[in-house]
Amino acid sequence: MSDDHGRDDAAGNGLLHRRLFLKAGAAAAGLLCATARGETREPWMRAPGAGMAAAGAPSPHVTLERVGVSSRPGTTGSGVSRTPLEQLDGIITPSRLHFERHHSGIPDIDPARHRLVLSGLVDRPLAFSLDELWRYPQVSRIQFLECSGNSGAMIAPTPPSGSCGEIHGLVSASEWGGVPLGVLLEEAGLKPGARWVIADGADAAVMSRSVPLEKMLDDAIVALSQNGEPLRPGQGYPMRLFLPGWEGNMCVKWLRSLRVTDRPALTRDETSKYSDLGADGRATLFTFPMGVKSLLTSPSAGLTLGPRGVYQLSGIAWSGAGRIRRVEVSADGGRSWADAQLDAHVLPKCLTRFRAAWRWDGGPAVLLSRATDETGAVQPARAQVLAGRASNSFYHYNGIQAWAVDDRGQVSNVYV
Amino acid sequence: MNATSATRMNRRLPWTTALALLATAAGQAGESPGLGEPLAPDEVAALDFTVLPDGRGLPAGEGSVGEGARLYAARCLACHGEEGRGGINDELAGGAGSLAGPAPVKTVGSYWPSATTVFDYLRRAMPYEAPGSLTADDYYALTAYLLYLNGIVDADARLDARSLPAVRMPNRDNFDHGWPPDAAEGG
Repeated sequence: MSDDHGRDDAAGNGLLHRRLFLKAGAAAAGLLCATARGETREPWMRAPGAGMAAAGAPSPHVTLERVGVSSRPGTTGSGVSRTPLEQLDGIITPSRLHFERHHSGIPDIDPARHRLVLSGLVDRPLAFSLDELWRYPQVSRIQFLECSGNSGAMIAPTPPSGSCGEIHGLVSASEWGGVPLGVLLEEAGLKPGARWVIADGADAAVMSRSVPLEKMLDDAIVALSQNGEPLRPGQGYPMRLFLPGWEGNMCVKWLRSLRVTDRPALTRDETSKYSDLGADGRATLFTFPMGVKSLLTSPSAGLTLGPRGVYQLSGIAWSGAGRIRRVEVSADGGRSWADAQLDAHVLPKCLTRFRAAWRWDGGPAVLLSRATDETGAVQPARAQVLAGRASNSFYHYNGIQAWAVDDRGQVSNVYV
Repeated sequence: MNATSATRMNRRLPWTTALALLATAAGQAGESPGLGEPLAPDEVAALDFTVLPDGRGLPAGEGSVGEGARLYAARCLACHGEEGRGGINDELAGGAGSLAGPAPVKTVGSYWPSATTVFDYLRRAMPYEAPGSLTADDYYALTAYLLYLNGIVDADARLDARSLPAVRMPNRDNFDHGWPPDAAEGG
C-alpha cells in the first residue's frame, strides 16, 4: 500500500480505488497460506470431532439472534423482531433471522385442514389444499421483503440510538418458492369488473389487505418455501402471499382467502396504519412499492473500529422497482463520493451487497451510501424524505443513512 | 397529494389489459393441473370476512350505542382506555382537527375513511384475547359505540347492514390514492 495519501484515493477522507481493495485482499490471502503450512495441531485436531446430526446449528462461538424483539403492551405476539443486519454478509438472510411482524401471534396451523380459497368475481370459486398446491408449477424468486415501517425511528428529531439491525432490520431477503397467482386465477376464471383481490390470513387477527389485480397477475406468488425448506410458522406456514418489491404488510402470511372484487376493502391495516399522512393533513393510501434504499452494515452504529488502516465498507442496497444500478459511498459526509463495488448477484427487487475500501486515518469521518436503481431513481436525503410529511408519518422511510466515526473509532448514528 | 389524483384513481384498468396480463402470467408457468375443488356459494360465504365500504359482506343483525358501551367496558376498556382514550393500546377516539397540526392523533374519528372498516376489523380481530367470540349484534353495537365516542352518531343510534355504510366519516375526503401509479406523486 502506498504511503502517499491521496494518490490511491477515489474520494475524500480515505475512500480507496477498487484496485487497492483487491490488493489488500490478495495480501491477506498470502498470509493465510504462510500460517497454514506448519505442523502443529490445535487441540481440536487431535481426535475426531462431533458426530453426525440430523440438523445443523450455529457455532457455539457465534451469537446470532434477531434484535429489537418487542410486542404491543398487553400482548406477546403483536410486535416485531428484526434482522441483525450488522452481523450478516451476502444477500440471503438465514431463515431463522428473517424479520417478523405479526398482528396477533403465530398460528399453529394443521396443514391437512388448511385451505386456500379463491372467491368473489370469479367464474368458479375454488379451494386448494397444500398438497394440491405443491403439484402446481413452481417458480423461484430471490427477493427482499421489507416492512414499510422499517427505519421509521429515523423520523425522530434526534438520531435514534441502537444498532443497524435495531433501526433498519425490518428488511430481509430469501429465495421464495411458490405458485404464480396468475395460474390459480386463470383456473378460477376472472369475471368482468375484477380489479382488486382481498387477501386474508388465518391468524387470530385474520390480517387483511387489498391488492391490485395487476400485481397479482404480474409477479405475485403463493409462497410455499423459503430458502429451500417449507415456510416456517413465523413466515406464514403453510403458505403466504409474496408480492415482490411491495410493502411487507401486504404479503399476507398464513394465506387463507383471496376474494376478487371491483374495489379495495379499505381494511384497517391499509387505511389507519399503512398510509402516509402529509403535513397538510391529507393522507395517501395504497403506496405499495418500497423505494430505492441502501445502508452500510459494516461499520455501523454500536461497532468500534480497531487500529487505523484499511477497512472494508460493506452494505446492502435494494429497490422495489427493480435492480440496483449503482451505489456510491462517501467518507466525508457527502462532500465527495466514490462508486462502490457491487457483488456478483445484482437481482431485481433483491438485496444487493456492495463494498468499498476505506483507509481510516484515525480521525472523525461520516460514512454514507447512496443507491440508484435501474429506473434512475436515486435514494433521497433524509430531509427530502421528510419534506411535506406529518411529524409522525414514518412509513416508507428510505433516506440516506449516515454513520459517524469518532477519533476513538466508535460508530454512531447521525443526521447530516 | 395533488388535487387530480382522486379523479385519476377512478380510472378503470381496461378489461382487455387484465386479460392480457392473465395470459402472460399463466403462460410463464406452464400447464395448470386443475386441482381446485369447487365451492358452493354457502361454503364461500362462511369463509368470507370481508366487508366492503358499500356494505357488501355485512351480516344480519343490529346493535345500539348503549349495548356497545356495556360491551366496551367489559371487553375493550382494559387496553383502549375510558371512552377510547388514554389506554395502553391504540387511541380510538378524539384527535379531531389534529391531522394538520404538529402532533397528529389518528383515531377512528379523526382519520379512518370508512365506517365499515370498524365493523370489519372488530369482527376479524377483537377482542384481542378471543377474536370472533362476539355475535354480529355485539360487533354492530361496539361499532356504534366507537362512532358515538367520536361524535359521528347520536347516543340513541342503532346500526345494521343498511345504516352502517351510510355513516359519513369526517375525514373521508382527505385521502389521495397512490395506486394506480399514475395517480402517485414522484418518489
